[in-house]
Amino acid sequence: MIEAVRLKKHYGRTIAVDDLSFTVCPGRVTGFLGPNGAGKSTTMRMILGLDRPNGGDVLIDGQHYASLKHPLRKVGALLDAKWVHPNRSAHSHLKWLARSNGLPTSRIGDVLEMVGLTAVAGKRAGGFSLGMSQRLGVAGALLGDPEILLFDEPVNGLDPEGILWIRQLMHRLADEGRTVFVSSHLLSEMSQTAQDLIVIGRGKLIAQTTTEQFIHDATEDRVRVRSPQADRLRELLAARATVIEDAVDHALVVHGLSAAEIGEMAAEQGVVLHELSPQRGSLEEAFMQLTSEAVDYHAHS
Amino acid sequence: MTLLAVERIKLFSTRSPWWCAALALVITTGIAALIAANTSAEFPLTVGLTQAFYSFGMYVVLVMAALAVTTEYRFGTIKATFLAVPNRVSALVAKTAVVAVMAGLIGEAVAFGQWGISKLIKPNADIAINSAVEWRNVAGVGLVFLVGSILALAVGILVRHTAAAVSILLVWALIVEQLIGIIPKIGEKIQRWMPFVNGNHFLTAGGPELQPDPIKYPFGAWGSLGYFAAVSVGLLIVALVVAKRRDA
Repeated sequence: MIEAVRLKKHYGRTIAVDDLSFTVCPGRVTGFLGPNGAGKSTTMRMILGLDRPNGGDVLIDGQHYASLKHPLRKVGALLDAKWVHPNRSAHSHLKWLARSNGLPTSRIGDVLEMVGLTAVAGKRAGGFSLGMSQRLGVAGALLGDPEILLFDEPVNGLDPEGILWIRQLMHRLADEGRTVFVSSHLLSEMSQTAQDLIVIGRGKLIAQTTTEQFIHDATEDRVRVRSPQADRLRELLAARATVIEDAVDHALVVHGLSAAEIGEMAAEQGVVLHELSPQRGSLEEAFMQLTSEAVDYHAHS
Repeated sequence: MTLLAVERIKLFSTRSPWWCAALALVITTGIAALIAANTSAEFPLTVGLTQAFYSFGMYVVLVMAALAVTTEYRFGTIKATFLAVPNRVSALVAKTAVVAVMAGLIGEAVAFGQWGISKLIKPNADIAINSAVEWRNVAGVGLVFLVGSILALAVGILVRHTAAAVSILLVWALIVEQLIGIIPKIGEKIQRWMPFVNGNHFLTAGGPELQPDPIKYPFGAWGSLGYFAAVSVGLLIVALVVAKRRDA
C-alpha cells in the first residue's frame, strides 16, 4: 500500500505537486492519470525517495522508501527505460542491481526470460530499441519479486504489441495480489488497464475513484437539437436541463434530458425540430473537460 | 562489502576504465621512453627523471574518476543506483573507494612502467631504486593518483556534468595551480597551498631538483600528501552532503 499525505513539491516558484493525498491499494491496478506536466512523475519520484517533498509525506506500507532495507524486494519501479548505461549489457545491468539487494544471480535469467530478452542478454543496452529498453526496465522492476510496482508512462512510444504486453503484464501482477501503480496521460489507455484511478491536474487531486465510476461520471450524455424556433425551445428546455448554445451553428446542446424526452416536449409544444441527435461523450473529451483548468500549456489558436 | 562489489561490477562492465588505464600508460611510458633515449653523460638519467611526466597519466585518471560519476548522472543510472541503495552516502562512498583503488593501481602501473621502460632503454644508467626518497618518488605516484581521483569524484558529484567536471579539473590542475605563482608577492603564498602542487611535492621532496622550485612548502613530503588528501576528502564530504540533500 502506498499512502501520500498532503504531498507538496515546488521547483523555485513553479508548484509541481500541491497538497496531494491519495492511497494506492494492493491487488489492483491503480491508474495515475493527468495531463503532461500535472506532477505525475514528480510524485512517483517522491514516493521512491529520489525527490524530497517540500511538505507532506509519502509512505510505503508505513515506511519511507529510504528506510527499506532491500528496497528492490519491496518496490519495483520503471520510471525511465533509458536509465541504463548504453555500453553495459542487459545482463550486467541486472547483475549489479541484483547484487545491491542481495538477490541470487539466478534471478537475472528468470526475469530476462519473463520479458523475453534472454537472446540479447549479452548485448549492449545502448543498441536496444525503445520496446526492448522498456522490457529491460520491466525486468529490473521485477528482479526483487516486489509486492509493489510503479510504472511511469510505460506504454509511451511502444508499438501495439508492446502496449498489449504491458497491459497483460500489469493485470497479471495485480492478480497475483501486488500493488500496481501506473501513470498515464491517456484516459483511453487507463480505461483498459486500471481498476482504480487517481486523477490529478496541476499537481492537485481531481478525483480518486474506480475507473468505472469516473468514466460514468465523466461521460454524461448530451443531445444536440436544432430548431428554427430556437429561442422558444431553449426556454422550454432550460426549465428542466442545462442548455448550451453551439457558437458555430447555433444548435442547442442539452445535458440532463434524453433525446426521447426532448422530442416529446417539442411535439407537445408544437416546436419544429431540424435535428435531434443523442451524443455519447468521448472519454478523452470528458477528461479534457475535467482537467482543462488544470493544464499548464494550452495551445492558443 | 556488497556495495563495493556493486560498484566494481558497474565500473568494469563498461569500457571507459580500460581505455583510460591504457591511455594513461601509453602516454606516460611513451614520454619516459623519449626522455630515457635522449639522456647522455651531460644530462644523465635519474630515478626522478623517469617519473617527470607522471602527471600526464594523472590527468587521464582524473578524467576517468570524474566520468565514473558524471556518466551515471548523464544516463540516469545514478537514479537506478539510489533506487537500489537509498543510502546515497554509502553508495557514493563505495563508488569512491572502488575508483580510488583503481586509480592507485593505474598510478603504480604508470610509475613502474615509466621506470621499467627507462631501464630497458638505458640498461646501464644508475636508476636503481635504493633510497626512501627514490621509493617515494616512484611508488608514491599511485598514492597521488588515488588521492587525486577522490578530488575528481567529488567535483563530478558536485557538478554532475561531464564537460563541466572535466573542464574544472583540467583548468584547475593544469592552469590555475601552475600559473597562480606568477602573481607578484602573493602568488607563491597561494600556490604553496594548492592541492596538486602539494601532491607533486610529496613525490619530489628531498630528491634532486630538475629545475629550481621557488615554492616554500608549508609541509614536508608526507605532510604535503596528508594536506592533499585532507583537501580531497574535505571536498568529497561537501559533495556527499550536497548529493544527500538535493533531488536525484
